[in-house]
Formats: sequence, C-alpha cells, structure tokens
Amino acid sequence: MSYNVNEKGYYGEFGGAYIPEMLYPNIEELRQNYLKITAEPSFQEEFHALLKDYVGRPTPLYYAKRLSEKFNTKIYLKREDLNHTGAHKVNNTIGQILLAQRLGKTRIIAETGAGQHGVATATVCALMGIECVVYMGEVDIARQAPNVARMKMLGAKVVPATSGSKTLKDATNEAMRDWINNPVDTHYIVGSVVGPHPYPDMVARFQAVVSEEIKWQLREKEGRSNPDYVMACVGGGSNAAGAFYHYLDEKDVKLIAVEAAGKGVDTGESAATSILGKEGIIHGSKTLLMQTHDGQITEPYSISAGLDYPGVGPMHAHLFKTGRAEFIAITDDDAMTSGLELSQLEGIIPAIETSHALAVFNYKKFKPNDVIVINLSGRGDKDLDTYIKYFKL
Amino acid sequence: MNRIIQKLQEPQKLLSIYFTAGYPELNDTVTIIKSLEDNGVDMIEIGLPFSDPLADGPTIQDSSTAALKNGMSSNLLFDQLTNIREIVKIPLIIMGYFNPILQFGVEDFCKKCQEVGIDGLIIPDLPADVYNEHYRHIFEKYGLINIFLITPQTSEERVKFIDGISNGFIYMVSSASVTGSQSGFGNEQEAYFKRIHNMQLKNPQIVGFGIKDKETFTQATQYAKGAIIGSAFIKNLTFNGVNSIELFTKQFKA
Ligand SMILES: Cc1ncc(COP(=O)(O)O)c(C=O)c1O
Repeated sequence: MSYNVNEKGYYGEFGGAYIPEMLYPNIEELRQNYLKITAEPSFQEEFHALLKDYVGRPTPLYYAKRLSEKFNTKIYLKREDLNHTGAHKVNNTIGQILLAQRLGKTRIIAETGAGQHGVATATVCALMGIECVVYMGEVDIARQAPNVARMKMLGAKVVPATSGSKTLKDATNEAMRDWINNPVDTHYIVGSVVGPHPYPDMVARFQAVVSEEIKWQLREKEGRSNPDYVMACVGGGSNAAGAFYHYLDEKDVKLIAVEAAGKGVDTGESAATSILGKEGIIHGSKTLLMQTHDGQITEPYSISAGLDYPGVGPMHAHLFKTGRAEFIAITDDDAMTSGLELSQLEGIIPAIETSHALAVFNYKKFKPNDVIVINLSGRGDKDLDTYIKYFKL
Repeated sequence: MNRIIQKLQEPQKLLSIYFTAGYPELNDTVTIIKSLEDNGVDMIEIGLPFSDPLADGPTIQDSSTAALKNGMSSNLLFDQLTNIREIVKIPLIIMGYFNPILQFGVEDFCKKCQEVGIDGLIIPDLPADVYNEHYRHIFEKYGLINIFLITPQTSEERVKFIDGISNGFIYMVSSASVTGSQSGFGNEQEAYFKRIHNMQLKNPQIVGFGIKDKETFTQATQYAKGAIIGSAFIKNLTFNGVNSIELFTKQFKA
C-alpha cells in the first residue's frame, strides 16, 4: 500500500484533476514541471537558504515538560509557530514563489481564509517584488482585520469574494476564476494540500521539511527518529501532510489527524470533514467533502477560520479510508480550553487551529513512555481577539 | 438519430440559449424552454445549478444561487422535464458541474436524461481524458452526446484529441475568461476562430462565452456553426422577466 501520490495524481481513489478545460494548460504546465524544477540543485539551494535565513528554520523540536507531566506521557512540540509570519504556511509559499519565477510568471494570486496563507503569500511576493492579489471571503475580511491590514502593508491587493457563502471556499472559487481569466502570466499559490493534481503533492513536498527535521531532531533527543505518534490539526491538511510525510511508510509511527468538530459533530455546525463528508469533487479534486445529498457543497463551521474548509486534501481522504491515520474531531470549547492550558503550562500561545490537536490529550490515553510529536502549526497572535472574547480576558 | 446531430445538419447558423433551471422562479423551466423553441431558438442548454460554479462569472453564479435557494435539484429538474418531449422538438442539453451528477450516480443520471429526452451533456469540470477512460461507455449506452470545451489556450494537439473523442460539436470558449465577462470580440478572437476553422475538424464548432448581441453573434458565427448565449439571456430574464423572451431572441434572428 502506498500513501503517496501515483503518476496519475491519485492517492488510492482520491485526487486527480477535475478542472474545466480553461485551466488545463496551466495545470498541465505545472504537472510537467514541478518535479523537474524542484529537483534542480539551484532551486534546492535557494529554497533551503531562504528557509534558513528568511523563515528561521530549522524550527525547534521542544520537549514540553509541564504538559508531559500533566498527561503523564512524553510530548514534543514542533515549533512551526516560530516561522516568519507565524505559521507553517510560509514553507509552501517560499517553494511556490521560486517555482513561479522559474515558470516565468509575473503575477501571483492566492485564496485565504483566516489570512495566514494570504499573509505568507503577500510576504514572499514582497520579498521577490511580484504583484500579488489575494482573494478572501467578505465574511472573513470582517473577522480577520489584522491579517487584512498585514497583507495590505506587504503590498498585496485583497479582493473580497462576495459569491456563495463569502468564506474560504468562495475565495478559492474566485482565485480559480481569476486564473481562468489570466492563464498566461499568473501563478496560483494554493495554500493547502487541496485542489487539482499536482497541488496536493507539490504542497506536501514543500511542507515535508517539517518531518524531515523532526527525524533528526528526535534522534538527537531520544536516540530514535521515529516517535510513537505524530499528531496535527487538519483544515485542508498541509501542516499535517508536512508532519506525516516522512513517516507515511513507517508503520511503527501512528498518525493522528485532528479535525474541527465546531459545536459538535452532530450539531450541523461542524467542520469534521472525514466524518461528515462524502466522496465527491471540490476545487478540482476527488476527495471527501461536506455536501447535501444532491451534491451541493455545504458551509462548514469552526471557531477557527483556518479549519472551516468543507473538503480535505486527497492524501488525508486516503489516510482516512485506509485507516493509516486515526481521525479525531475536537469541539470549539475543548480547543479553546487547551489553547489556554498550553499558554499557562508552557508559555506558548497557540493558534486556535493548533489548539484542536492539543485537546486530544483529554480524550486519548497515552502510555508514560510514548513519544508524541505535535505539529504546533501556528502562533496565537492572530487569534487574540477570539481568545479575548471567549475567555472575557 | 440524436437531435443534436440532426440539428447540426441544417443549413442555418445555430442560435443556442443557456438558462439556469429554477430561475427566476422554480417552475419556470418548461415555460422558458417552450418559449425559446416557439421563438426560433435552435438548441437549449439547461443549466443544472451548482453551489460552486468555477467556470462562471457573477451573472450565472447569482442565478445558480437563486435557483438553489428556490429549491432546484437534479430530481426536481427531471420531474419538470418528464413530459417535455410532448411539446418541444429541438435538442436539449443539460449543462452542469460534475459533483451533483456524481452524487446522483453517473449511470442513473444518464438513464434519466435518456428517459426525459435529453440529447447531450456539457460538464465543464469533467476532463476529456477522465470521460474517455471512465464514463464514455455509459454516455454512449444512453445515446447521450458529451460536449467538450476548447479555449484559445488549448494546444493544437489537444484540440485534435478532443475532436477525436467528440461526436456532436465542440464548444469553443471565445476567450480566456469565465462566462459573462467579455466586452466584444477583437482581432485576437477572430484569429482564434479562423485558426480553429482552418484545422478542418470533423466536429462543427459552436462558440460560447461573451455572445451578447447581434454583433457578437455574427462575429462568432462567421467561421463557426453557431453560438451560445448565456449570461446576456439570464440578465434579460432578471430585468425583463420570462415574457421578454420573444423580444430578446428576435434580435438574433433578424
Ligand atoms: C496555524 C494554522 N494551522 C493550521 C491551519 C490549517 O491548514 P492546514 O490543514 O492546511 O495545515 C491553518 C490555516 O490557516 C493555520 O493558519
């Protein structure tokens, strides 16, 4: 059983490129070039130099002593929150901007929900002096004002998506329409392991640096490169894909993917895609998605703007279907409580997305000698408003 | 013989109209189809609304959102079309995105199409290659013609591939754009229309996207067999209602 993409762009039965003919030339250009270009020594050199000197990699693998004591097990935090711009998202945008340059593209578009990917894209566009347009749902623009301001400061144009439900999925539709209208000069930097092949694989490869580092860092600390568990939150699935990547075929490492249950899986206000979703097509990919029985895509809910995507990447759909990864859904309330707990036990304020992964300790028992690595995908600065309102701070 | 093939053999340039089923009102579907035929339209694309229509501009998006809100669904559309062949003779094509069809079941959907008298399908996000490998035999079993799109960016090699697996007409997207976002045709379009014409494909071409009046219709059909009007027709429905169809279609027939 392979957990990686096959040559046709599928993970098992999931993936592919279900795109209108208008996007075919763009996707085909990427498909034919992404492996070739990213394997070039000059690409690798520039990619790794930027990750080191600009992003601040390697990020620490930190043994969380007080958290470990509380749950009587051994917990390591992979500190993606310490990346420049505050989340794992920038690993991918650095990779894609270098690819776009080599494809001769002069304009970048992106979608964003919470604004983290938008900020990471605007950042690399500023770095390279390339025009940047970010699509963001009108609803998200209103609730993520600081990130909108950041993107503007970085020189990006933020365009409100006013169609449909006016959130992440609609911003993605708008970005795809922009690409249809501008097929020649524009590269679309997709923000997660979603969309048509080759995006899921390409983004996973750029994020794979996370597990590459975990391997040698854990060897230094524990004398073995394989933990017992790797755990990460899943919106589209990019930070989890990065943390899982080099462990996919290592059967002794258990993978745990944590989705947002919102107000509860059965409340109608949830984003637990693997449990609530059915196989279908979203944004050019065959995967699990939340939809009506008539095949209309529905709007998910989570307190965390980075997890309320109605689909999940095809790699994760495959990990779910094959049972390679365990999927756990965590509610808003449990996530918020665990976010506060990490802040007070370890002095780290996590992004609310990440807080979902931390809450798993309340539901799943681990052995005292288990080594668990959690991908701390982002910092909580962007979420202060939500934390303030929730805890009446 | 499939009604699309028959229609393509007629000498005139074909006027084809797209509308979104369930818009402006849920039960306008049959009224609109009948009225289009009565007013000399050659072929109709019935839009099955989808929540996330990637290839469409704001006009068709909004009509789709409204139609879904009105309660349109695949089942309801087939119900509305149950007796359509008792009153309408021109070719009818369903245009929709792949996910609702996938959820209905591709074979069940095709079977239903045949039962009510649909002649063909246009599914923008079902790629030609996937269709050819996985679904072609089902479409053929139910006598349905699947129609593929080409754009100015489609390579010559791929145009030939698409021509090879098509057996009706090729939907020629007029420019690199989503629906409804064009302001007239320029030299670039003319060169593209001519280039495709000169390839001498086995399937005739019908141009869509950006046809909004007599002028653009004439330009589009200079080299092609016909043209499809979508957003301009929806806009007219929005502002002038179902009773304005006669006036709207007249301009193209003059
Ligand atoms: C900090 C953080 N973690 C996780 C996510 C979820 O995305 P993904 O599942 O692609 O990692 C986001 C998305 O915005 C995020 O900002």
